[in-house]
Amino acid sequence: METEPVLEVRHLNSYYGGGPALLGRKSARKQVLHDVSFHIAQGEILGLVGESGCGKTTLSRAILGMLGDYGGTCDGEIIHRSRRPQMVFQDPFSSLNPAHTVGWILEEPLRVTGGLTAEQRRAAVEEMLVKIGLGPEFAQRRPWELSGGQRQRISIASAVITHPKLILADEPVSALDVTIQAQILQLLVDLKKEYDLSYLFISHDLNVVYQICSRVIVMKKGHIVEENTVDELFAHPQHPYTRQLLAAAE
Amino acid sequence: MKEKGNPLLYIGGAISGVMVALILVGYVWTPYGPTAMDAAAKNQGPSLLHLLGTDNFGRDIFSRVLSGAGTSFFIAVCVVAIGCVFGILIGSLCGYFGGPADVILTRVCDSITAFPSILLALVVVSIIGQGTYNVIFALGVLFIPSFARIVRGEFARCRDLNYIRSARLVGVGKVRILFSHILPNTMPVLLSAVTIGFNNAILSEASMSFLGIGIQPPYASLGSMLSDSQTYLGSAPWYALSVGGAIALLILGFSLLSEGLQRRAQRDQEV
Repeated sequence: METEPVLEVRHLNSYYGGGPALLGRKSARKQVLHDVSFHIAQGEILGLVGESGCGKTTLSRAILGMLGDYGGTCDGEIIHRSRRPQMVFQDPFSSLNPAHTVGWILEEPLRVTGGLTAEQRRAAVEEMLVKIGLGPEFAQRRPWELSGGQRQRISIASAVITHPKLILADEPVSALDVTIQAQILQLLVDLKKEYDLSYLFISHDLNVVYQICSRVIVMKKGHIVEENTVDELFAHPQHPYTRQLLAAAE
Repeated sequence: MKEKGNPLLYIGGAISGVMVALILVGYVWTPYGPTAMDAAAKNQGPSLLHLLGTDNFGRDIFSRVLSGAGTSFFIAVCVVAIGCVFGILIGSLCGYFGGPADVILTRVCDSITAFPSILLALVVVSIIGQGTYNVIFALGVLFIPSFARIVRGEFARCRDLNYIRSARLVGVGKVRILFSHILPNTMPVLLSAVTIGFNNAILSEASMSFLGIGIQPPYASLGSMLSDSQTYLGSAPWYALSVGGAIALLILGFSLLSEGLQRRAQRDQEV
């Protein structure tokens, strides 16, 4: 845990709205994140919990530099000590391009990164398909032929295939059945070991967080209200809001 | 994939397939020369010698319909190609990037569609002159907005989907996102737009030629032939009937095809 963190966020504030006036009406500027600071250590799974609308997703967008897409802005420091992190989305049905085969989808990040021949790329895709427990024959399939769990495996694979150091997983299992959830969580843990990954694991489900994370930050209305190891947090919650969340999860 | 319960697609495909096949044959071979006159066989009704009869000059109507349909078909294909290519370019850029350019271009497209297209084509042709290629140019430009609008809508819909977001995150270039990631997803909609556009092109060209501002003699298209045949409606009604029938069959075939494609696209999206 004493290695250099892969990600450090310092005093991050983020806002929506307040952009240039459209048709003479200036939208009100709304602050979503308030002075958020934390870090993710190499090889760590950091859980981020809080109710919906508390700024979890905004935080992940800010980290990825995607806030502009949503009309948001931010100030503060976000220090990446790794190549560009990748993202796994909640909804496995919109995260894969329906016009292409699974093989094409997995190959695309490699094509963009470059440095591999077509033959090497195909081999890497097949290897990855085996690692995520699907098998090489899935390269020919189309996303709409797959189940939700299979799709989520593919989107995880397409995030991991370029070997980033950090993966942001925004509610990666909340759209799935409980039995599938366990399999996907196991896959995340396996891939973490294999590729030395770190995760920011965003969830509203404390049971899932307890299973997979080593440390947790609790967020409420854009503020980080508590930060602790999983065991400490679940055994001795300090903040009343954390207690409330824990009580609700019982 | 399964094509259960989509008879429109089959019937439309069959009709337009036969028509297109006949037209293609007509490019290389017709029973008689389309302009060859036979003084001994004027205004004859349909017979085994002349399948659809002859006109007042003794020209074989079946051959003329084949070559006229060929001209109309060629114009329609070119018009749709122009409209489609530029429509995709404008629509994709507007839909994906948005912003002031999008607002302006969309309004320009709206105002073009607000005019009756024949009127605009008339204006264009009277400025740049008549002739096959000028007709193609005029109609082609007028067909851009309808394609641009459809493509724009599809690109705007796809822009914020997660798979496009992750493509951006991975660092896929903008051009590649537009044409390798989003464009294939617009294909079902685009395909049915192409067939509808093709119909409209056939009809617009026929109307223009019927009004005498389209294809000029000695070339014939279905529209100019329909216009000629009016004069002989009493003496040789089979002339007008066969030309009109050819137009109707072409339109019917492609309409059904388009409807069938649209239903298939809808069903695919439901999956």
